[in-house]
Parts: sequence; structure tokens; C-alpha cells
Amino acid sequence: MIKRDLVIVGGGPSGMAAAISAHENGVKDILLIERDQYLGGILNQCVHTGFGINYFKEILTGPEYAGRFIEKVKSIPDIEVSLKSLAVRLTNDKTITFLKPGKLETIKAKALVMATGCREKTREMIHIPGTRPAGVFSAGLAQKLINIEGLLPGREVVIVGSGDIGLIMARRFALEGAKVKAIIEIQKESRGLLRNMVQCVEDFDIPVYFNHKISWIYGKDRVEKVSVVKVDNDFNEIPGTLFEIKCDTILVSVGLIPENELIEMAGVSIEGDRTSAPGIFVCGNSFKIYDMVDSATEDSMLTGKLAAEYIRNL
Amino acid sequence: MISKKLTCIECPEGCRLTIDAENSKVIKITGNKCPKGESYAVAEIENPVRILTSTVLCQGLSLKMLSVRTDKPISKSMIFEAMKEIKKIKVKKSLNAGDIIVKDFLRLGVNLIATRKAE
Amino acid sequence: MKLYDVAIIGAGVIGTSIARELSRYRLNIALLEKEEELAFGVSKSNSGIIHPGTQNPPDSLKGKLCVQGNFLIRKISKELGLDFKEAGELIVSFNEGETKELLRLKEEAEILGVPGLRIVDKAWLRQHEPNLNSEAVCGLYAPTAGIISPYRLVYALAENAVRNGVEIYAETKAVNIARSDKYFEIDTSGGMYRARYLINAAGLFADDISGMLGICDFKIKPRKGEEFILDKKKENLAKHLIFPLPSKTSKGVLIIKTADGNPMIGPTAEEGEDKEDLSTSEAGLNKVLMSARRLIPAVDEKDIIAYFAGLRPWSGNDFIIRHETKTHGFINVAGIQSPGLTASPAIALMVCNILNKAGLGLKRKFIFRSHRKKTIHLFEIPLSKTKDLIKRDHSYGDIVCRCEMVSAKEIRDAIKAGARTMDGIKFRTRSQAGRCHGSFCTTRIMKILSEETKTPLVEITKRGKGSEIIKENRSTERERV
Repeated sequence: MIKRDLVIVGGGPSGMAAAISAHENGVKDILLIERDQYLGGILNQCVHTGFGINYFKEILTGPEYAGRFIEKVKSIPDIEVSLKSLAVRLTNDKTITFLKPGKLETIKAKALVMATGCREKTREMIHIPGTRPAGVFSAGLAQKLINIEGLLPGREVVIVGSGDIGLIMARRFALEGAKVKAIIEIQKESRGLLRNMVQCVEDFDIPVYFNHKISWIYGKDRVEKVSVVKVDNDFNEIPGTLFEIKCDTILVSVGLIPENELIEMAGVSIEGDRTSAPGIFVCGNSFKIYDMVDSATEDSMLTGKLAAEYIRNL
Repeated sequence: MISKKLTCIECPEGCRLTIDAENSKVIKITGNKCPKGESYAVAEIENPVRILTSTVLCQGLSLKMLSVRTDKPISKSMIFEAMKEIKKIKVKKSLNAGDIIVKDFLRLGVNLIATRKAE
Repeated sequence: MKLYDVAIIGAGVIGTSIARELSRYRLNIALLEKEEELAFGVSKSNSGIIHPGTQNPPDSLKGKLCVQGNFLIRKISKELGLDFKEAGELIVSFNEGETKELLRLKEEAEILGVPGLRIVDKAWLRQHEPNLNSEAVCGLYAPTAGIISPYRLVYALAENAVRNGVEIYAETKAVNIARSDKYFEIDTSGGMYRARYLINAAGLFADDISGMLGICDFKIKPRKGEEFILDKKKENLAKHLIFPLPSKTSKGVLIIKTADGNPMIGPTAEEGEDKEDLSTSEAGLNKVLMSARRLIPAVDEKDIIAYFAGLRPWSGNDFIIRHETKTHGFINVAGIQSPGLTASPAIALMVCNILNKAGLGLKRKFIFRSHRKKTIHLFEIPLSKTKDLIKRDHSYGDIVCRCEMVSAKEIRDAIKAGARTMDGIKFRTRSQAGRCHGSFCTTRIMKILSEETKTPLVEITKRGKGSEIIKENRSTERERV
């Protein structure tokens, strides 16, 4: 079995920050594994501005923010990056197995940092009733389709949930010439940042329905319309308030969940700000969902330092 | 005189500003926690501007789409025209983040720049 | 125009089972399917339970065929390289009245010949099914119950049938059928087909097909079942298939183990009219959750990662499998409700007998290729084996769907085996079916499908024409829908 000092899982902003910080704190043998074909994680598809205000004291786009860390990681020979590499098993003795094209590798690390990010809640998790046609996307998938792949998922869009990704995507669709017909939010106010309500929603005159939910999705093959109903503060439907919106696409933006399956499967739990297994650390959005990447970076910098201290004290 | 309430978008703080204005000229601003709020409020009343971010098509590079932005804010009223122009662009040579793709974009006095490295 | 010996309408589990069974003989066989891919009708929403034969009246055809089918499926799954797992089932009683009913079920099932049945007591239940509601007083244990992937069964049957000469035509919907002196003329959306014998395995639409030949003495009604799939993390929620006591119309809401590992809860049983209504409802969810928690209180709504509805095609209480002697050569295989999947191999044998009696000479082929190479799924095999596979073919290490660990190689193999849609790939490989529900892998799979089938991205569909995933591709104006 190959032995390494520090293995970091996830090459997004958090994993990169942890790697850089661990190196600054004296770790000389770092392996950073990333499942995608490039570093940067989800920031690559966040082409809008709003990143770096606290950390760099500058307003950057996602790719610019990621780019600075990518350059830094690449300039440190002690950090080895393994792309297209998916971690598939972790055990609590700090052994990690990952697959990449042509290779399955098992590595015993002195310390491990899990920076596996998060995933979006899906339509399935909030149980929107109705049919299951094509045209229902998580907001992040729609973002990837447009910004990375250059594919437009729909022309008449209804967005469920007013989380930041949903608001950002409302603007993105509007810019692409699609009609954003409504944002439906079950809560009485936006879950996203106020600035996004202004620059993404108000700027483009997109109607927002607070205290509303989608009560049914229609369409056999492709989304055809949704019915929307007003709810009271306990989320009960208010009779007589039902109306329909024609659309071909539904984006779901109702929150994020830390991706912690590997840790869970290893029987390791997250307790407060540490894990139950000494030497296994979690940072960034896989630790908790951060509103801003700047905060995730700070958390991960600290985690990198803690991992370095742990290795030093072995 | 009119009084308008705005949310500042300069940073995630989202200060709620109250602006008193007359004939599209700002007279008084309250509610801002930093000077950025002041300049934002003036611009928002007199000539609202935004940094435009989008993507452009690449040809013969490892990326299919390259993320771009204007290096300075442009007038809100120009955004859709700018998008039309952006859709016509094809990037064929390698670029670094920050490299100019279109100089003096639409003669607005701003440059359209790459925000990611494309090889 | 080619004259087929046998044409089969409907490529679900019944149609493909019959096709594969008939492919042992020297016959020209055409299997016609209206959807873009096989198993896209009733079969795609099957629970995948191989029933032991309990919960059927002792004198019923479905009961008899179920017991036979349960026996036959073991050999078939071995031949076709499918995983059949004998999980065993428990029908649970909560009080004395239910226990009496349980004993009656046991007696009835024993008349049908269901092997190994026994009543297990509270202590047994606690030991062997620790998450079961502690109020359960006893259970009827049927060890021969099992699980299989319903769509992978259909695809394997179809692949093997094709290997043995069956011709399959998808997107071929029968619109009119005429009987001339010597053969049937089947007018379809894909042209005219002629066959000496015609088998109607059209599932929900079997009455329409039968009606085209003037036989209108049965109606197929859809009975909807909503099912909810739980995260694979909860694979060990139950050790057996767990049933409550059955009602008149259904076996009740169950805790189902699946061949993919994810537990499933459901189904509801709602009678309706609309044969295309596959919607799920809040009421359905609440009913399923409530009923499932009565069996296993630890069922957590938060673990639901997917849901769907299926329609059981029913017509009266039993299957309709018969030669329509007035229209010689026409065989109806209709009203195949539960336990249709289990019974399918026995139904296929029965249909062969009927055809033989009706005058179709069944002569065995010199060579029948009974075996199909097992499809590799990384999620089913240990990592040590994955390591060897990756050495042989690098693209096994190129993971596309990380929730379910599906490699680019598996996606490409699925396409080579006939997948043409995103759902077709999902059913074959489990990609897009995990906890992120395709958020991370959809784009990559679309690109592979586009590349392999030389189809523009804008024409890639979820499950056939009309269900295109995207509207426009920025690369070329021609790709606009």
C-alpha cells in the first residue's frame, strides 16, 4: 500500500485552501484528489461575481477566485494533484481508495482532509407531486449546462425556491433570452442574499411568489405547466388560491446538503467541529453549508493547519 | 422630491439604503455602512450599472465555453445588447484569466475579459 | 414483405419472455414495441419481487403460474447472467385476528405448492428482522421469495432472444390489425408486418389490440401504485421483503428490497381510468409512509431519493391467457397484474403450449444459445475485482455517476446493448438514479450518448421523442429545436 502524509479529497476551493495551508504549516507530502478533469470545483460554473470580497478584498467571479488558488496549488511541487479521481472508500484507519481512468489506488495517509463539497436537494427530496417529465433540473445542473456546456435547458422557466443558485440562474436564463415566469418560494421571504434579489430578480422584473408552492407538475414527456398554490405560515395550502403557469422547465433550488457519504460509510461521525476519528478532518461545504466561499476558504485554511499539526505531533 | 429604498449590492452585507432624490439627482443617503453604498446609490438613481458576466464559445480549445465579464460596470440598459454581441464571439486562441477578449466593448469604455484560463 | 411465423405486440417482461422462449424453435419472430425502448411500459415500474406464490387463491391461474415462475426464474437468471437474490418474505401479523388470516394464507399457499412456509414467532422476528415493529406478534415466512431487477430482466431476455434470431422493432406502435386467410396484417407506426400467429402482450393496451380483431370481451384497467425509493445507505433497513396482510385488491404497502440495494416502500393501489397517469401525489406519499412505518417504524421520509408510479394492468381477478379460436392464431396474454413478473417464465411456456396446440409446429433449433454474458456493474462487485477490470479496460476507472459508481465503460456498454435514452441508460446502469438524481452526471451521460449514437445533443431524450432534455446547443445554430 502506498503511504502519504496528507491526502485531501476534493479539489474545489476548500480542498485547495486546505492543501495550501497544510503546506504553509510544514507538510511536504500532499496528495489532492479531484473527481473532475480540472481543479476549482463548482466555482468554475459560477461565472457571476460576488466572490472574494472578504478573502481577497476584491469582487471576483467564481472562475477567477478558483483560478488564484489553482495557480497557487500548481506552484507548489509538494502538492500532487490527481484529476478524474473519485474516492470510493474511506476507512477510519485513514486508508482511502480512489478510482481514476486506468487505476485503482489505495493509500494509507497520516492525515486526511475531506473537502467533498455538497449537493443540491432534489425535487424528489421535497416531494413535488405530479408527473416526472423531462425539463426538471436542479439549479446547479442548469448552471452547468449553460455555463460549461453551452446548452440551454429551457425557454420558459419556473424556479422553485429562492436560494442563491436559483436567483443567479433566474438572471442567467433571462440573459440567455429565456423567459423566467416565476420564482416560487414557500417561505415568506427570500432564502438568498438580498443583493441577489435586487440584481438577479428585480433587474429583470421576474415575479416572485412568497408563501407559495408548486402543487403539481404537468406534462407527459416534457414539462408543460405547473400549478401553484398559496400556503399559510405552517405551509398548509390555502383553498381557492390555485393558479397555473405554463412553462417548459422547472429549476429546483431548495438548499444544499453536505456530501458526507464516505465519512458515514467509514463509521466516522462529525462531532462539533471535528470528526470522531483522529486524523480525519472535514472542511468547507462538506462540513457545513457556507453562504460565501470566502468563509469556506477560511475554515479550510484552519483545517489545513490543524491537519499539519496533527501530522507533526504523530 | 422622492424618497427611495434600495438594497445595496456592492457586497453580501446587503445594506438597506434610503435615498432622497430630486430630478434624478441624489440629495441624501442613509443606511449605508460603508462608502460603497453611497456611490452605489448615486449610480442606481442617476445611471444604474452592472458588471456583466457570461460565457463565450471557444473553438479548438480544451473548454467549450469560456467565462467572461466586463472589467467595469456597464449601463443596465445596455445589458441585452451586450449579450447579443457576446453570443457572436468565438475564442480561438489560448487565454489567461484577465486577458482582454474585446477592447472597448460596444464602445462603452469597458473591456470584455476572460475570467478563466483557456488552452 | 417478410412473413413472420409469430409476431408479439409489447416488449415488456411478458413479450420478451415469450420471445426468448419461442426463440428455441425454428421460427421467424418479430417483437413489436411502441415505445422508444423496451420495458418502458408496465415493466419499468415493477417492484422486482419474485413472489413465492402466497396471497393467491389456490384455484387461480396466476397462483399456479407464480409458483412455477418462481422456480423457473432461478435457471433463467443464471443463464442470462442476472442476479436473483432469494431474500425471503415475511407477512406480518399484529393481532390474533390477523394471525388466523395468516394461517389461512399458509394453507392456501400450500395447496398451490409454495415450499418451505412456516409461521415464525416474536422471538424469531426480533432476531431475524430487528427493525420490525415490536408489536408484530408473528409472521408467515416464505423462504423462496426473491428479488431481481425487472428492467435488467427484460433487457437480458431481449438480448438473448435477439441472439437467437428474434427481430425487435421499437417505436413500432400497432394501429390496425387485419386477419386475412393465412396471416395477420399488422399496420404499425413503423410500417406493415405480417405474421401467421399473433401474440398480444400489450400490457395496459391489450384490450385495444384485442379490440382491433373484434374481441372486446375484456377491458384493461390501470391500478396505480406509487413507490418511494430510499437511499442505498439504508440497504439493511430490512433483511426480508416485508408484507402486511393483503387486502382484496393488493398485497398492501411493503418494505421492498431491490436488486440495486436501495430499499423501496410502496406501492399504493388506486383504481383509475387514465392509462397514462403516472403521477405521484402527496396523499400517496403519506399513505405509503404511514403504512410502511407500521411495519418498520424507523422508515425516514428524509431517506427518500426518488419516487415513481406504475400502473398494473388488471382485468378481473386473474390473468387472461388464451387462444382466441374464433380468430385462429391470435393469443391474448392480458390482465397480467401482480404476480406477472414472477409468472412470466411460466406464462411463456404456457403460450408455447397454446401455439403448439393451435398448429404452429415447434421444432427445436439445432443450436439455441441459452447463455448471456453477465453485464458488469461496479456497484455489485468488490473493489479488488474492480481493480483488475480497470487494468483490462481503463474506462472502468472513469467514473461518470459517482453516487452509484457507474463508469464510462458501463454507460457505453449499455448503449451498445441498445440504450437510446437517458432513462434507458438509467435502468440498465443505475446512473442518475442515486441521491443526487443526476445533478452531477446528466451532462456527461448526454455527451456519451450523443457521441456513441451520433445523435445531436438537442435530440437526446429522457425517454423518447417529446422528452428532449435541452432546447438549444450554443455550438451550432442547426442544433436548435
